[in-house]
Amino acid sequence: MKKRYLIDRSSRSVIFILALASFAILVAIAVFTLKEALPALQKIGLLDFLLGREWRPSSGQFGILPMILGTVMVTTGAIIFAVPLGVGCAILLAEVAPQRVRLLLRPAVQVLVGIPSVVYGLVGLVLIVPLVREIGGPGLSLAAGVIVLTAMILPTIISISEDSIRAVPRSYREGALALGATDWQSMWRVVLPAARSGIAASIVLAIGRAVGEAMALVMVIGMATAIPLSPLDPARPLAPSIALETSYATGLHRSALFAIAVVLFVLIIIINSLAIMIMRRGANAKNVR
Amino acid sequence: MPRMSANSTQKLALACIWGTGVVTFLILLVIIGYVLVQGVSDISWSFLTTAPRGGLSGEGGISTVIVCTLYLLGLTMAIVVPLGVGAAIYLSEYAPDNRLTHLIRYGTEVLAGVPSIVFGLFGFALFVTALHLRFSILSGALTLACLLLPTLIRASEEALRAVPRSHREAALALGATKWQTVWRVLLPAALPGIATGVILCIGRGVGETACLFVTMGGTSALPTSLFSGGRTLSMHLLHLVLDTNAFEKALATGVVLIITIVAINAMTNWLSQRFRARMTGGA
Amino acid sequence: METKDAKIEARRFSFYYGKRQALKEVSLKVWEHQITALIGPSGCGKSTFLRALNRMNDIIPGTRAEGEVMLDGQNVYSPGVDVVELRKKVGMVFQQPNPFPKTIFENVAFGPRVLGMDGKVSLDEVVERSLRSAALWDEVKDVLNKSGLALSGGQQQRLCIARALATDPEVLLMDEPCSALDPQSTLRIEELMEELKERYTIVIVTHNMQQAARASDWTGFLLLGELVEYGKTTELFSRPQDKRTEDYITGRFG
Repeated sequence: MKKRYLIDRSSRSVIFILALASFAILVAIAVFTLKEALPALQKIGLLDFLLGREWRPSSGQFGILPMILGTVMVTTGAIIFAVPLGVGCAILLAEVAPQRVRLLLRPAVQVLVGIPSVVYGLVGLVLIVPLVREIGGPGLSLAAGVIVLTAMILPTIISISEDSIRAVPRSYREGALALGATDWQSMWRVVLPAARSGIAASIVLAIGRAVGEAMALVMVIGMATAIPLSPLDPARPLAPSIALETSYATGLHRSALFAIAVVLFVLIIIINSLAIMIMRRGANAKNVR
Repeated sequence: MPRMSANSTQKLALACIWGTGVVTFLILLVIIGYVLVQGVSDISWSFLTTAPRGGLSGEGGISTVIVCTLYLLGLTMAIVVPLGVGAAIYLSEYAPDNRLTHLIRYGTEVLAGVPSIVFGLFGFALFVTALHLRFSILSGALTLACLLLPTLIRASEEALRAVPRSHREAALALGATKWQTVWRVLLPAALPGIATGVILCIGRGVGETACLFVTMGGTSALPTSLFSGGRTLSMHLLHLVLDTNAFEKALATGVVLIITIVAINAMTNWLSQRFRARMTGGA
Repeated sequence: METKDAKIEARRFSFYYGKRQALKEVSLKVWEHQITALIGPSGCGKSTFLRALNRMNDIIPGTRAEGEVMLDGQNVYSPGVDVVELRKKVGMVFQQPNPFPKTIFENVAFGPRVLGMDGKVSLDEVVERSLRSAALWDEVKDVLNKSGLALSGGQQQRLCIARALATDPEVLLMDEPCSALDPQSTLRIEELMEELKERYTIVIVTHNMQQAARASDWTGFLLLGELVEYGKTTELFSRPQDKRTEDYITGRFG
């Protein structure tokens, strides 16, 4: 009899310890990163860091404006292409496509979600970069980065949006059709708005992935330090920059890399908070109705 | 210009939608198809069983790389699964409903979205340098565990919360202690969901490069201890692309990676099916 | 019947959800081997009272109990009472059938297993005995390995009853056990209750007055947390003492 209570109490302690260890690790990551970034931020100054246009560690210059712009440009470019393609494909899979097409396309999309970024980078390097070079420039460029990144975030948008669309209750669709709407009107005016928060969440997730992508972009985007003026110019976004220099940076240089990491952290927090707000609005709208 | 009738709008919309499907399918075909077609010819039994010999033309195979990948994943899972599932059980069953708990959940969500390169930087600075673990499988495993921990906690917590409240009540009403409820009712019911989360983490670990190539060193020798350096499949592909001109070997490695991911996906699908079946009385 | 002992006695029992008082000094006696029904409009506190009898309300944070609930003369709310033992003696069946996602056998065997009873008596015997008591044995004896969730609604609820009986309780609490079932299953469970009362004491909460009138021996009417009237079912329904009771059972409100 007593054994049960002993087990209950001791397992409770074990769970507490495991949980505590987990949360301590997570806190340590945040704290450590901030701590390592501090010297750079103090010495360089936040504004000089964020708005400086030159990144030359060897001569002590640590401006990351070109990197921030690089990230913004390549992410925006990828989103512009991936959202229409992704949502359209989601509608296709959820509503329009016959069963056979669905059975083929859906697992394929799932596989794409899991493919390592280095594979995307490889294909980008071998196929896309030469293509871009035909149009102009060195090939290793913003354009190549956008194309590869689009391909990478597309599956994420498709799979989550498709789930959201399928989750919309049949009654909504049937209500619209019973009023004489066409399938498309029902989709555009009723179903998509109802799935709005899930689709928005998928886009936000995709943005997060794009902002954080390092390896594939390292391979195709050129990594030159100037601000790209055309899509055919190489670029140097935040995440690939960290990847490139981590293994040999020391001292202030390394601290500056941590500062870049903090910038990425902050970006992710902003993006996540937006996601939570959007999803909450979606939930509220459903309740109000 | 006269307004389009509803029917013509529909036809146009349908055409666009099919268009997106075609484009997506093409992208998929290009990526997977290209790698598979070009790379499969280089796959042979010897490719899988000989060690890479290095050098500019990337001679050799990927045997030690496969071993190293398995070693790394095993070690990482041994660290992250108890911690992650334990934390999830805590959050789902034991944590009080207060601001601290909300903060912890929020923090976990944020960290789940942090890019892996940040973890790579962190792991390099902490494990490799500060703790003097050097470039090693241990450093890699610890770093990868940190990366996967938030995701596993979230997936496991969701699986646990998906178990209906009534099961907890029924168990308690029968005289079970809280731990008995967790161990005998909740964990078994949530197991497929948790297992899916674990397998997805494994999949992510297989594909990871950013946080590993700065913590594991990249030597192609067979690992002899926790402290040996090593190279995983993804790292090997990166090395082949950036440091050699052996693109065919890179593509072949890509094929192995793709097949692994497909297998992992198939497993998670099968598990989800079983989960649904069990919840509705099939199994 | 009045000569039998009160199995359960509530003495000026009050219950609070935070600041809200859900039960106001309820006093009643539940007689052994009788079926006692609690009726009243939604929110009157009948489920709260039922769940107070096996202290299931404990799992809700921020609640407080005052007064006493005596089980065989012992107050179940005294400090130091073993809640787990209490729940062994006082079993519960819920409104929605909720078998575990396990086999039928494992569902019924759950209680004995967690209570450490699986050493003393063979689990097979306990499972068979419980399923027979719940009038389910004949239907499932060949498919004990099937999932509990594969049964129909009425069967699932009888499975839950069997599960509750497996711990060999003395009292069976039933919280609107038929509200999710079709009329045929409802009737079967009411018949089952008649059989069960010979060995157990049954307290049932129901929003269905006809059911209370049909199936119970004693009835208590609760309104806004107060026990308005309590007495033999036949008398309460034919000659209610309180106007509010009369209004409720004649359907003037509810």
